[in-house]
Amino acid sequence: MSVSEQDLQDFRQEVSAWMRDNKPADPGFLLPQSFMEVGTEQQLDFLREWQHKVWQAGYLGMAWPKEYGGGGLSPIFQSIADQEMRRHGVPICFNVIGLGWAGPLINDIGSDEQKARYLKGILSAEDIWCQGFSEPDHGSDLGSAQTRAVREADEYVINGTKIWTTMGNYARYMILLARTNPQTERKYDGLSFFLAPMDVPGIDAVPIRKVTGEYGFTETFFKDARIPAESLMGGEGQGWKIAMKTLQYERGAEAGAAGGLAFERIVIDDMIEQLRDMSRDGAPLLSDPVTRDHLVRLIMEEKSIALGDKRAAIAPLTTDYPFSLQLSSKLRITEYARRMRQFAIAQQGAAGSLYVGDEQARQGGFWQRAYFNSFSATIGGGTSQVQANIIAEHILGLPK
Amino acid sequence: MSVIANTKLSFDEDQAMIMEVAREFCRNKSTMQAVRGLLDSASGFDSNAWRELADLGWLGIALPEQLGGSGLGVAHTVAIVEAMGRSMLSGPFVTSTLAAQLVLRAGSSAVGDRLLRDVIAGVPATVAQLESADWGSDSCACLIDDNGQLQGSKRFVADAEVAGWLVLVSRYRGAPALALIQAEQLPPAAIKTHTLVDETKRAATIDFSGLQLAPEAIISTEGLSAALRDYALLGALLSAAEATGSAAACLDSTVEYLKTRKQFGKLIGSYQALKHPCVDILNAIDASRSFLYHAATLLGDEPLSRDAEIACRMAKAQASETLLYASDRAVQFHGAMGFTYDCDAQLYIRRAQWSQQQFGDAAHHRKRLAALLLDE
Repeated sequence: MSVSEQDLQDFRQEVSAWMRDNKPADPGFLLPQSFMEVGTEQQLDFLREWQHKVWQAGYLGMAWPKEYGGGGLSPIFQSIADQEMRRHGVPICFNVIGLGWAGPLINDIGSDEQKARYLKGILSAEDIWCQGFSEPDHGSDLGSAQTRAVREADEYVINGTKIWTTMGNYARYMILLARTNPQTERKYDGLSFFLAPMDVPGIDAVPIRKVTGEYGFTETFFKDARIPAESLMGGEGQGWKIAMKTLQYERGAEAGAAGGLAFERIVIDDMIEQLRDMSRDGAPLLSDPVTRDHLVRLIMEEKSIALGDKRAAIAPLTTDYPFSLQLSSKLRITEYARRMRQFAIAQQGAAGSLYVGDEQARQGGFWQRAYFNSFSATIGGGTSQVQANIIAEHILGLPK
Repeated sequence: MSVIANTKLSFDEDQAMIMEVAREFCRNKSTMQAVRGLLDSASGFDSNAWRELADLGWLGIALPEQLGGSGLGVAHTVAIVEAMGRSMLSGPFVTSTLAAQLVLRAGSSAVGDRLLRDVIAGVPATVAQLESADWGSDSCACLIDDNGQLQGSKRFVADAEVAGWLVLVSRYRGAPALALIQAEQLPPAAIKTHTLVDETKRAATIDFSGLQLAPEAIISTEGLSAALRDYALLGALLSAAEATGSAAACLDSTVEYLKTRKQFGKLIGSYQALKHPCVDILNAIDASRSFLYHAATLLGDEPLSRDAEIACRMAKAQASETLLYASDRAVQFHGAMGFTYDCDAQLYIRRAQWSQQQFGDAAHHRKRLAALLLDE
């Protein structure tokens, strides 16, 4: 099926008009800034309704098979829909572990029966998915996971603890990495991957309160929890390989993800806008030379990230340190976001001390909350310090 | 509109080819041994290498075909200058390229065309502009009187002693003017050489007092103000290109040392206290290169656009700080060796101090960026 430029342009107009007409009004309570911050039933209901609406309109899972709730189209359509969602600033599609991790995996290597059972619920937001990779004693070191899965007849018996389970208390299913064999030579070879139901006895998801004061994660305890043997994805011992595979889908519709926004993007223009009516020493803040100098540094940093993405695609301009831009991307982006938000609070004067809940807080405490939340990205998915080690070793060739 | 706005970045096959040839050339002509061998020399550069690069046509890359150049535009010199910075290849290439751009952009004249043809053929040219240490000052006391006679001097004139042509930034009959001067016209003992922190570079103070100009050597066109502004921006960009190349070479030499030096039974490169700053330097170099080639993408023969101005200033602000940081850490991370003159880190840390002061330091450009980005 060939798609013409005109088709794409028409589609962009159509989806843009839909987003404009259907963008929800301010609900009067704080919405999560990312899928990792869904902490109240109110937020959950709101986001569920929104995702369902986007899917029903045909703008989610556009490249997934039609028979499983998808649109059966080229991923380019989903990419355009995602761009328009970003441009119109609509809410996130919060079921991210389903849309970006579990769903693409099932689509990729699952059986027809698994596809029929899981995919539609992921898109419609009926079935929320969570992820059970990290454990309390093994944060960045997933390969050392100790949660046990023991085969007994047609079930696996799960014992252990997972942590940082996003929406663990709301999820119907978990993609679970557990150890089926504790005696392999390489620790990775003892791991298996499950599509585990969360509604069986013996699973307790206890919400964790975050530095922001909100919820969103759970610590998830498994005590003799019995899940059907057919939950196993692939064979025993293939868990590590499959877990690594799930990480590749995150990169967007082209890579297999269903689409939708996973987080609210906060850019420097948002911050500069809020600085315009502030003052320092009785004069406009934006006339203060120190503030201006610092702002320009931040603008340059954000711009260099955007330019780096462009340059990464130009082969002759990346021969010095091949893949440095790709490999350092997470470190640069997340560290920049953290510092930019910290700076935003610093400019607020005495109002910088107010937080979410105070009616005089600037933008309802948006920047304070955003700053605290930024650590989820500088810590999650490998801390900045681990990222720096990886870059030093793989790009610069420094010793371990 | 977003303050990030324009993020165009492209690089054509010509540029890629020029980059490859330039890197190869600079690597071969400017080994570290060759660089050190030139530090004490009068001219500061290898005249054979200069001859060869003129023969390769590099001095005409940015100049019009009707004068003997190749008309590719100044964007195509960025990769050459970056390669020179990487190999610390010295010589008046940047100086001559900038002088030619100033004359070209000021508008066509018979003497100007002669200067441009000479530059293409390998005669170095330079611009005499600064009178004080302040890049932000536009006061000018070195004036052309109504009879065409000069009074006053200029400082920090790069490659003054080897230049065949000097482009003096002055005033004539109340308006900005350029005086195009040939070296042999200078009064005796007019040039007083500076002692520079970067021993690969050369500069001098020149006293022009008493020099008599022919009327046709005075250029006072309407486009001159714009040409002077663009000259300063292109100067910032090419200085940034050179600094970025030097920073990359500096990082490579530091990393090489960290991979071989053992202390307490371990390769010191395995310590995170040394590793992580190296990653910061790498990221800073990556940012510098992105700004450089973004700026190059926006350049043409016409006056620089607002976006191009932003890009040039960002490139310089980023590259200056990158090289300062890379070279500062290079001395420190080499330990006691780093404190010696024999260690190559000295070449980079000296280059960094010199380079940051070419066409304005990082704060100079950020101040102007703030006005461009926050006030308009």
